[in-house]
Parts: sequence; C-alpha cells; structure tokens
Amino acid sequence: MAIPLDKAARYFLLTDFFAGFWLGMRYFFRPKPTLNYPHEKGPLSPRFRGEHALRRYPSGEERCIACKLCEAICPAQAITIDAEPREDGSRRTTRYDIDMTKCIYCGFCQEACPVDAIVEGPNFEFATESREELFYDKAKLLANGDRWEAEIARNLELDAPYR
Amino acid sequence: MDGFFDAGFGLFLLILAECLLVTVLILVALAFLMYADRKIWAAVQIRRGPNVVGPWGLLQSFADFLKYIVKEVVVPSGADKAVYFLAPMISFVLPVIVWAVIPWAPGWVISDMNVGILFIFAISSLHVYAIITGGWASNSKYPFLGALRSAAQMISYEVSLGLIIVGVLVSAGSLNLSRIVEAQAGDWGLFSWFWLPHLPMVFLFFFSSLAETNRPPFDLPEAESELVAGYQVEYSSTPFLLFMIGELMSVVFMCALISVLFFGGWLSPIPGLPDGVFWMVAKMAFFFFLFAMVKAIVPRYRYDQLMRIGWKVFLPLSLGWVALVGLFAQYGLFWGAYQRWIVGG
Repeated sequence: MAIPLDKAARYFLLTDFFAGFWLGMRYFFRPKPTLNYPHEKGPLSPRFRGEHALRRYPSGEERCIACKLCEAICPAQAITIDAEPREDGSRRTTRYDIDMTKCIYCGFCQEACPVDAIVEGPNFEFATESREELFYDKAKLLANGDRWEAEIARNLELDAPYR
Repeated sequence: MDGFFDAGFGLFLLILAECLLVTVLILVALAFLMYADRKIWAAVQIRRGPNVVGPWGLLQSFADFLKYIVKEVVVPSGADKAVYFLAPMISFVLPVIVWAVIPWAPGWVISDMNVGILFIFAISSLHVYAIITGGWASNSKYPFLGALRSAAQMISYEVSLGLIIVGVLVSAGSLNLSRIVEAQAGDWGLFSWFWLPHLPMVFLFFFSSLAETNRPPFDLPEAESELVAGYQVEYSSTPFLLFMIGELMSVVFMCALISVLFFGGWLSPIPGLPDGVFWMVAKMAFFFFLFAMVKAIVPRYRYDQLMRIGWKVFLPLSLGWVALVGLFAQYGLFWGAYQRWIVGG
C-alpha cells in the first residue's frame, strides 16, 4: 500500500488552512452589502404597497364614496364598511375598518377604488406593541392619508402611465 | 519614604495596586477585544457587526455587560447550588491569576517567579474543574455531555501544549518568563526570536491553544448546534458572563503566552527600534486577530477527529520535537540556535 505522499504533504504544510485564511482575508476587505437599516433605507418603488391610507380631495372633502368595491374584492376580507347618506345628502362611510393583521397587502383595494380613495402608501414602519392597535378605523386611515399625501400623490403620478 | 514600598505594608499596597492595574486594564481591554472578535468575524462574512452602541459600536460590550448583570439568574431546581455558583467564579478567577507572571516589559511583571511556566500550567489545568463542575452541578444532560467533552479535550491538548513549551525551555534554559524573553534578544531583531528555530511548534502551539481555550474549530464543549451551549446551558445572567469572560480571558492569555514564548515578548522586531510594552501589546493584538480569523474560516472538527489530532498527531510531533531540540542543544547544532542559555550566559 503506497502512502499518499501528496495528501500527507498538504496535511502537514497546512495548505487548506492557509488557503482558507487567504480567502478569509479577501472577504475581510470586501465592501459590506448590509444596509444599515434604521439609519439607511433601501429605495422604494412608486408601486410599493405599504400601510393603507384614505385620501381627501384638495378641498378637504374625503374621497371615499362608500361603493364597497374594496370590501368586495378584498381576498382576506380585512375591510369592513358601513355607509349612510350624510346630512347634505352625499353618500359617505360611517365606518371604514381595516384589520391590518388580516391584510395581505395585495393592493386589490387600491385597484378597485374608482376615486383613488383607499391607497397603499409608502410607509412600512407601522409595527405596534399590541394587536388592537392594528385594527385601523376610519379616523386612523384618514390621518394616514393626511400624513402621507405628498408621497402618495407623487407615487400615483409616477405610476399613472402604467395603469 | 524611600523604603516604604520595599517591605511590609508598603510592599503589600504596591502589589495590590499592580494587581488591580493589570486586572482592570485587561478587563477593559477584554471588552474591546470581544467587540473586535465580533467585528472580525462579521467582516469575513461580509457583515458589519455591532455598530449601533457608541461610535462604530465600540461600546457594544459594555451594553452586553449591563444586560448580563441586570438579567435574572435562573437556577435549575435540581442543581447543586454551592457548586453551581462556584464553577463560574473559578472559571473567572483562574485566567485572571495567571496574568501575574506575564512580563509586559523588562521588570514589568507582578511576580517575577522562577517557575513561571509551571505556575501557568498549575493554574490553567485547574480551569477544567470550572467547566466540569459547572456541567455537573447543573444536573442536566447536555451540560454534562459538554463538560465531559471539555475535560477530555483540555487534558488531551494540555499534554502537547506542555511538551511544546519544554522545547522552548530547553532553548531558553529557564522557567522564568522574563528570562525566556531575554534569551530571545539578539542582533537580528525578529529573526533571533524562538519562532524561527521552533517554527513547526509555533503552529502546533497555536492550534493546541485553540483547543485548550475551547475556541473554534475545537469548540466542542460549547457546540452551539448540538449541545446548544454545552456546559453553559443552564447558566444565565452574571454566572454566564463570568464563564464567558473567563473563556475570552484565557484566549487573550494564550495570545500573551505565544508572544512571550515564541515572539520575543517586549522585544522590538527591528534592530534599532526601542523595546517596550508596546511591542508586547501589538503582538498580543496580532495573535488575537489570528484567533478571531480562525474562528471565522475553519469549520468545527468532529470529536473523534479532535482526539485523533490531539493524541496521534500533536503528541508524537511535539514529543519528537523535544527530543530533537534536546539533541540540537546538547551538541550545539545549527549555530547554537537551540542553546541560547549558553550563548546568552
């Protein structure tokens, strides 16, 4: 039986160790691909589907006309809407709830909406400490709309050619 | 006031101050070495590593320290309480004690004892008790398995570690660490150190010290994947912190030992540059970097491989080397590279 000399030589000269060390050092000086998340953020597409918002017209009138198309199309059945005619006779929602724990962020509500009222904004940092805080009601959604209107309007405009 | 620090209470105060200075400096350095370890490991894996606490994450270890301190100490109900708490204390105290004999610069040593190497071995072989009692006192399966592995591993590698050092002792002619460093002084700077005549043993020593300190690729006692954390499974909070500090401290100690035995301690690598504590620290930092790199690049050994390497490769090699060095030293072969005690006086 012949002694595998080349294998023995590799073993005792630690070639694998030094090759590994060399490789390790090459990786050591490589630029890091990690995004430093809370301080740096990645780019977002105008089509990004984040936290929902109910928009208003520039006059301040809310857009939603309670057609319930979003409620009908929602595959997760996360949306609940009640509606009544308002005092001035226009049809408006009295209740517009989204259960954010059910929502799958498919964007169908946004596509179904004839008046661009319900949209999914660019915000994805809405983690909460309790489950209850994720049951959004109309006031919360309208507040979101007021808060993110600039970004939402810009995204809708950028994406309009492709719709 | 002259003689106050030479005897009695003054001497006691002086020694106390020296001990405190070394211990505190090392503990503070340890915090940053821990950070460096994680950073190096992260860099090899193209990650950023800790970078949030303090500038560049420099204070990460202090945040971790605080976390460990304020966490709840969970004691298993079946544990032997006294031994359970004694183990981490032993694990922390022993690696601190051995620093007493490490010379930082000429005369900069707490206890310049003539049996320094023996002292180191006496203390560091006790370290296995910390681990095995910790694993046993937890009264749980996996810690006990981890402790058994650790005992077998540390005993195996201490044998070859000791034999490697014998070679250096033959060359230096002294057990005193300061004398060993002085024996490496020469006209050729870093080429008169012991790493050159004892080159194969430098590698053996490095790998044995990896095994001795339970570092990857020999971290079988901890074995995160199979034993979760080995002998530390049942430890939490401050006792766990003590284990961890003890482990890292012995790693740093091994760095110091390699620097002293093979790389000329405080001696300057380039003839003409002044010697000093700076070189000692720089060498230790370099070896710590190597320790951290090995952790990043080498996969873990299987247990039978570990034992095979320890007993069938490291032990015969180091034993043969001792005989060889004895021969070289006796007959003054290789221009007296192996018999410095004759050359140096």
